Amino acid sequence: MSTPSPTAAFATAETIADAVRRRQVTAVEIARATLQRIAEGNKRLNAFTQVTEQRALAEAAAIDAKVAAGRDPGPLAGVPFAAKNLFDISGLATVAGSKINRDLKPATADASAVQRLNAHGAVLMGALNMGEYAYDFTGENVHDGPSRNPHDLGRMSGGSSGGSGSAVGGGLVPIALATDTNGSIRVPASLCGIFGIKPTYGRLGRHGSFPFVASLDHIGPLARSVADLAMAYDALQGHDPGDPASTDRPREPSLPGLKSGIAGLRIAVAGDYFQRGATPDALAAVELVAKALRAKATVTLPEAARARAAAFLITASEGANLHLERLRTRAADFDPATRDRLLAGALAPAQWYLQAQRFRRWYREQVLALFREVDIILAPATPCSAPALGQQTMVLDGVEMPVRPNLGIFTQPISFIGLPVVAVPAAIPSRMPIGVQIIAAPWQEAVALRVAHVLEQAGVARCPIP
Amino acid sequence: MSKPTTPLDPEAWIDATAPALGLAVDPAWRPGVTANLTRMAELANLVLAFPLADDEDAAPVYRP
Repeated sequence: MSTPSPTAAFATAETIADAVRRRQVTAVEIARATLQRIAEGNKRLNAFTQVTEQRALAEAAAIDAKVAAGRDPGPLAGVPFAAKNLFDISGLATVAGSKINRDLKPATADASAVQRLNAHGAVLMGALNMGEYAYDFTGENVHDGPSRNPHDLGRMSGGSSGGSGSAVGGGLVPIALATDTNGSIRVPASLCGIFGIKPTYGRLGRHGSFPFVASLDHIGPLARSVADLAMAYDALQGHDPGDPASTDRPREPSLPGLKSGIAGLRIAVAGDYFQRGATPDALAAVELVAKALRAKATVTLPEAARARAAAFLITASEGANLHLERLRTRAADFDPATRDRLLAGALAPAQWYLQAQRFRRWYREQVLALFREVDIILAPATPCSAPALGQQTMVLDGVEMPVRPNLGIFTQPISFIGLPVVAVPAAIPSRMPIGVQIIAAPWQEAVALRVAHVLEQAGVARCPIP
Repeated sequence: MSKPTTPLDPEAWIDATAPALGLAVDPAWRPGVTANLTRMAELANLVLAFPLADDEDAAPVYRP
């Protein structure tokens, strides 16, 4: 899987860290090559909104100094990464895809996720484009322009972590930080043809990331190989005292058991809701993965459509409450697509929100019961591959639907109850990539990553090179 | 649970609630807000139509 040269585009984090640690290349050489690649590639992809060049070179020099001194530079030594621009980066305003937040004072500290990747030796290259305030599945942004799909610049990257998907899929950086409230890691992973992990709710600390929906917000990495994804995920683990939802479970590193295979795992395909409204490509992707895993059983997540409805209502209400003062004073400065949904959310009766929260409890019990019968559930990540930029509607199951909310129909019922998911790019012979969700029981990220690794080794999951 | 029988009138709803929350809905934004509110009301009816037991309360993460 390794790319020969660690300075080449699409080199894995594993290759880069190994070469830096063995002194075959310096972290500064890696950083310079990456900065050059970003300067060129970003003209096409519009994935980065800020490049932190001086900081990157300083961090890389510090890694090289550690290596020279014979000290451990960390498992991600010299690995370039970038962060969705809702993560605090010291010295920059945390814009979260908005115009309004450009007036904020610069952050005085990094988000905990940025700190952790740095502490493991990774080098920050900059901040990434995103849908405004993360209320988005398209990767479009009226203020910064859309981040573009590396496989077709006229198509969506997927949102809301569109710049993260575009930067990793386009080979600008091997690892990007992203967030997922309703699908914002899994949708760009699917559309850009890369791996992503949305961990269990509470697993990875959110301190220093601009919030959206506290009940549903997750953070996680995107990468181009399963080992890179596992390395980044492991580096991000650990209790985050600044995040009230952060678990105090001990770290459960996934890398040591990553290659231990899937013998004994009970794997089933999500039926019913998760097969309706999917294009033939999405169904072919799931079928390919299921066949490779010899998964024959089908399970039904009960009331998945209602779960999606409840996630929609919670998102609108909590998101609107977060932005209420900005809606009162600066409504005209929002992206129109975000503003209209947030205004509607602000007017929603409390009974809608509360019933949705109580329904979540019921649905959680039902789905946890399913996990007594199976270990892994497979489902499409998106109903279709990347729509064209600006496309407003699409036809699913013979019905014309708006693109914007419906790209997340298969991700929302899963994140709604905080289940861990690895999104894998399926190697189907289609022009544009599409992903599959490997869904595990709460806290079983390592199992989902093992399954993803088996699929990658079998050539069934792979990141296409644009 | 009984189903709501009167569909939400989004225009009347916006007029009644937006001022009480200090929100001004510009006429240009009104079609978008109306469409979203209508969609939310449909989804809310789906959720509200599902019977829940009294002990099925929400699962907040708040820890004292």
